[in-house]
Amino acid sequence: MTHPSDTGSAPVLALRDISKSFGAVRALRDVSLELFPGEVHALAGENGAGKSTLIKTLAGVHRPDAGQVLLDGAPVVFHGPGDARDAGIAVIYQEPTLFPDLSIAENIFMGRQPRRALGRIDHKAVHAATAALMQRLGVELDPDRPARGLSIADQQIVEIAKALSFDARVLIMDEPTAALTGSEVARLFGVVRTLREQGAAVLFISHRLEEIFEICQKVTTLRDGAWIASEPLHGMTEDDLVRRMVGRDLEELYPKQDVSPGEVALSVRRLTREGVFTDVSFDVRRGEIVGLAGLVGAGRTEVARAVFGIDRWDAGEVEVDGRELTNGAPSTAMAAGLALVPEDRRAQGLVMDMSIERNIGLTGLRTTVKAGLMDRGAERSRSLDWAVKLQVKYARIADTVNTLSGGNQQKVVLAKWLATGPKVLIVDEPTRGIDVGTKAEVHRLLSQLAADGVAVLMISSDLPEILGMADRVLVMHEGRLTAEISRTDATEETVMAAATGRTAA
Amino acid sequence: MTVISPNPAPVADVPKAGATRLVDRVFKMRELAILLVFLVMIAVTQAGNSEFLSEQGIKDLLLNATILVLVATGQSLVVITRNVDLSVGSTLGISAFAAGTYLQGGGNPVVAIALAVLLGIGFGLLNGLLVSLGQVPALVVTLGTLYIIRGIDSIWVGSRQITAADLPAGFVDFGSGGISAVPYLALIALAVLVATAYYLKHFGSGRELYALGSNPEAARLAGIPVRKRILAAYTFCGALAGLAGAMYLARFGNVDSGTGNGYELTVVSAVVVGGVVFTGGSGSVYGAALGALLLTSINSVLPALGVSSVWVLAINGILLILAIAVDRIVALRVASALKKRNARHA
Repeated sequence: MTHPSDTGSAPVLALRDISKSFGAVRALRDVSLELFPGEVHALAGENGAGKSTLIKTLAGVHRPDAGQVLLDGAPVVFHGPGDARDAGIAVIYQEPTLFPDLSIAENIFMGRQPRRALGRIDHKAVHAATAALMQRLGVELDPDRPARGLSIADQQIVEIAKALSFDARVLIMDEPTAALTGSEVARLFGVVRTLREQGAAVLFISHRLEEIFEICQKVTTLRDGAWIASEPLHGMTEDDLVRRMVGRDLEELYPKQDVSPGEVALSVRRLTREGVFTDVSFDVRRGEIVGLAGLVGAGRTEVARAVFGIDRWDAGEVEVDGRELTNGAPSTAMAAGLALVPEDRRAQGLVMDMSIERNIGLTGLRTTVKAGLMDRGAERSRSLDWAVKLQVKYARIADTVNTLSGGNQQKVVLAKWLATGPKVLIVDEPTRGIDVGTKAEVHRLLSQLAADGVAVLMISSDLPEILGMADRVLVMHEGRLTAEISRTDATEETVMAAATGRTAA
Repeated sequence: MTVISPNPAPVADVPKAGATRLVDRVFKMRELAILLVFLVMIAVTQAGNSEFLSEQGIKDLLLNATILVLVATGQSLVVITRNVDLSVGSTLGISAFAAGTYLQGGGNPVVAIALAVLLGIGFGLLNGLLVSLGQVPALVVTLGTLYIIRGIDSIWVGSRQITAADLPAGFVDFGSGGISAVPYLALIALAVLVATAYYLKHFGSGRELYALGSNPEAARLAGIPVRKRILAAYTFCGALAGLAGAMYLARFGNVDSGTGNGYELTVVSAVVVGGVVFTGGSGSVYGAALGALLLTSINSVLPALGVSSVWVLAINGILLILAIAVDRIVALRVASALKKRNARHA
């Protein structure tokens, strides 16, 4: 795979001095970007740096206040997403945008179906074209099945098929790997490389720096809505890139403190939920961070949900500090000192329209009570206390959480649960979709908690995170615990071998 | 590109196609189930009362269903887009009276029908504009227009009444006449129904109604003119409510300011019983029409069986809840079937 030379090729799509404001917030200031055919270009920046606004400008969702969008060197104005699509620009958003009730084929060709006489849709042609696209992508997806129930990885494949179907010349991918596991990322990258070789220009956004270095040739960095640099990645180090993104040197990303584990705080014995996970047993000791690795769908989240009592288990038992938990009762789990920070903070962790104060206060509804009524003063001071401890960045504690960036939202979820003073903390994908700066803060926090004697069970699909933070690594594969690996023996290879079901040595 | 195998292994295709067919079948079953319930009900009634399925009996069944089928067809389009139109009863009432007033003055029946449809289109446009531009929940907007249209109707009509005697004989005869047991009105409704179903399945803009009901944000990003489509759905719904008003006039010959009062709830029930999902994106107009047929038939079945008609409303309610329960169960089944398929592919 030789690096395509730019000489002689003009940018297929370019932004020149783009500015965009939302009210008083200047989301983009004089940002420029050039995308060349046959090149994967990374867009780097912390949450809130303006990446999403930039993508939406390219996609025709936002219209810039100032500056130009150039297509093949000529200025264009996109009046809507349809215009951008007609110009050959395909966007794959972080949250796949499919129609769950419609078939895969219909999803791909919506709005652009092949027609027969009288403008009627040629259903056969739609089906055949979809089948051909699936073959081209090397995936086995039935064109007629509804999009509902597809895994995130397959949903992205459908989105890519959509882009291929109109011969997109520019492919914009907004954190496509955030919810994928190793093998799925590899499959996606295979497709991206093929598209690049066929001459597509790709704009790639990811918080995982190693992915940027793996697949991209150039990088443009944004910070606080301003353009910082556009440069080849060749010869750069991750530290260089992080410095551009945060504008300062970052302290260590995995500040794991050494601890000597205490007595067992969480004990799970032969836990089984039929068809979901089978015979799962493990202990987590005080002061320990135990990583739970595995592919998406291996049953990790489901085990956490069962342990916390959200879902019932069919067999087995769970003990916290030697006290047996009731099956399917989160309130007893909470009373025993268990806290669960869920995977999907927007849907499961937070009430998005409620204030920071109230969100953190939710776990204290039983304790911050005076004479049977909520003690608003106590709630406020409890919330403020934790928001400050976790360095949540907000204007006022009464602001709704949907005004916060992803990383700060995650801190609010953590604050909400830490405020209960848990003995055992289960965190599910604690840093998904969070920028590196905040990621390091969350890691430091987890490490500090463990040092203070909390038992931490950390579910993560981010291998470097697992390897960097965990004292022990548990690996699940298809609903079973397949390996327990000590910190010293844990490598990407040993964990992935167990996660994919190849017998670990 | 990944190497393309020219002949995909047929072995892998067989279970896939089978599972898809299962999913398809479940969705079609939804309509079949209503049809089955309807047929069983009719059979039982016929067994208990052999007069029930006389030529006149069948004609009455069809006539009763016709108007509801028409309005339910229009309503389905709106519900598919994840909206609702509660003003259809009011629109039907005012259109019927307008057509009647015109005929009273010696007007042409065809022009009268066109007038009713145009009035319906007007109110449909109003609803569509308010919903698509105002970005206000359709439930609230159309509840508002329900009262506004009913209010205009009451002020205009007052205590006046139109009776069959005021109408041209030909118009009234058309309303009750037919080809043997099949009323003309039912034929019109059937034609509208088939045309609408064909449009929804075979035309891009029809599929886009499903798309935007299924995921509005994705529809916007896919470049679908969301507002235009919603406006069109409401306009069509209004037009059919207007047409239904003219048919109501022809069928009953009797219209006052209260005509169509509360009808919207019957319409919504028919649509939901017929399997059009209230959260949008799924369902068919055939299902809605079957739902309408089922609901109106209960009105005829109970008296024929000697059961007091006070039970009708309660039974309608039970059907409604049953329908939603069935939908939920089917949805769960389908989801688990799809999940199993995912697992097989992994």
